[in-house]
Amino acid sequence: MDAATKKQLKITACKVRMGIIESVFNAKSGHPGGSLSAADFMTYLYFNKMNIKPDDPAWEDRDRFVLSKGHISPCLYSVLANRGFFPVEELKTFRHIDSRLQGHPSMRYTPGVDMSSGSLGQGISTAVGMALGAKIGGKKLRVYTVLGDGEIEEGQVWEAAMYASAKGLDNLTAVIDNNNLQIDGTISEVNSPYPIAEKFKAFGWNTVEICAHSFDEIEAAFSEAEGFKGKPTAIIAKSTKGKGVSFMEDQVSWHGKAPNAEEYERAMSELKAALAELEG
Amino acid sequence: MADAVKIATRESYGKALVELGAVDDKLIVLDADLASATKTGGFKKAYPDRFFNTGIAESNMMCIAGGLSTMGYTVFASTFAMFAAGRAFEQVRNTIGYPHLNVNIGATHAGISVGEDGASHQCCEDIALMRVIPGMTIINPADATEARQAVFAAAKFEGPVYLRFGRLAVPVIFGDDYKFEIGKGVKLCDGKDVTIIATGLMVNEALIACEQLKNEGISASVINMATIKPIDRDIIINAAAETGAIVTAEEHSVIGGLGGAVSEVVCETDPVPVLRVGVEDTFGRSGPAAELLHLFGLDAKNIVEKAKKAIAMK
Repeated sequence: MDAATKKQLKITACKVRMGIIESVFNAKSGHPGGSLSAADFMTYLYFNKMNIKPDDPAWEDRDRFVLSKGHISPCLYSVLANRGFFPVEELKTFRHIDSRLQGHPSMRYTPGVDMSSGSLGQGISTAVGMALGAKIGGKKLRVYTVLGDGEIEEGQVWEAAMYASAKGLDNLTAVIDNNNLQIDGTISEVNSPYPIAEKFKAFGWNTVEICAHSFDEIEAAFSEAEGFKGKPTAIIAKSTKGKGVSFMEDQVSWHGKAPNAEEYERAMSELKAALAELEG
Repeated sequence: MADAVKIATRESYGKALVELGAVDDKLIVLDADLASATKTGGFKKAYPDRFFNTGIAESNMMCIAGGLSTMGYTVFASTFAMFAAGRAFEQVRNTIGYPHLNVNIGATHAGISVGEDGASHQCCEDIALMRVIPGMTIINPADATEARQAVFAAAKFEGPVYLRFGRLAVPVIFGDDYKFEIGKGVKLCDGKDVTIIATGLMVNEALIACEQLKNEGISASVINMATIKPIDRDIIINAAAETGAIVTAEEHSVIGGLGGAVSEVVCETDPVPVLRVGVEDTFGRSGPAAELLHLFGLDAKNIVEKAKKAIAMK
């Protein structure tokens, strides 16, 4: 990846993070931790990878995206808004009574949302359905889905993983946002999702392990997924929950709570400083 | 009527899918490893490229169906009612119902007439479960003729549809001139003393009950209520006004199904006695289907008794 592209991606990811904080602060609820951990690969997907048309969200041949970990809707909405699907200003309406931005993604409310999600474990199955549909129809489009590392405790994830490899859905890429934290503690304290890559391998997937905050590694992983034939690819993205806001980083308490006014100011000033440095 | 040809509604479902497959190349059928039982096997044979056995994983199948429907396909997803409405309830609710996708759920082996497999597979709760999902359409055909028309109607219908089929061969009561329409009850007999509103295989029992009542000097209307949601309010309100007493009959729990739906309409309009024939809040058990239906009171005899009781309550 050339330096200019990387710089632009970092700038965009920083703006996406600001949108996440704006959304959650104005909603007085929502999930900042996992939204921030996913912000870099989500930015890469929507700005440098997926074949989409913000002015024609229903374009038939677009690549599809399913946010299986639907609770990080602030991340998806911020990416969509920054990409031009709707005004960035609208992020401030997140979770409000008259908003198009529902607590969890709804395809009936929000332009750019390809599938409603929120109940963990179901999104990956719908992505399998889309990938299957694309194959049957001879469409070249690709299907992306993002799961949480806690989410893979849901049995349905493995039903979907088994079937995706049985059908050789190499047009499907799943990213597992491996921030190591779920509501009640580390994922190892709660259950035993590790080793994640080995589990997907055992289910017949190609796997890539990356740092979720390195655009070089993100790009390499999505390129490999696109070129890999015969199997779906799982990208296990080792991330930091709360990434980009110092006091939220690696803190499970920021899984699902909104910053107060003072915390909001601190978070935004950190992100503004980071943005100024990038743009400087 | 005793000599009527008997065909299971699931057989009719399977044949209708094959017919539809010929005219709609966007039709896709999914099954969770029960194609020989749900009768989607015919479609599999005719259109192997458009049939997918997603394995014994019903929750996954329902969501795959949702994903496929967003790609412009007409999807039918089949398994037993127990697993379609029971195991996969939340998937149907969140990933098919909430986004209001064009997924048709072909649920077979509904009700007590599953027979020997016993209570674990006799789903008498599916109508209740599906009724509470906003925007869900529920169709419970009475015979093979109606089942075929219901499949064609569902394929054209915008939004999710739950189609309920039985394992047991039941009398064919409608000819080719019968016209099924989603959301419309059909009056089969006109009477003045009581109205029997029946669905599924209980429609035939209702017709037998009507004859028996006639022999005892009681004039009964019979309504076939194939669509349980959206319920045909007008035909219920008119029946209440015309006969002043109603008996519902369904191969389902008396809670939350047709009896519940009819009672809600009647209670909120111009109340008359409504008595329900159905499974009385209990689990089923193993046995031959025909014997089970009598054991659980799903027969003309029980309808006749309830009809007399309802008339006495006027």
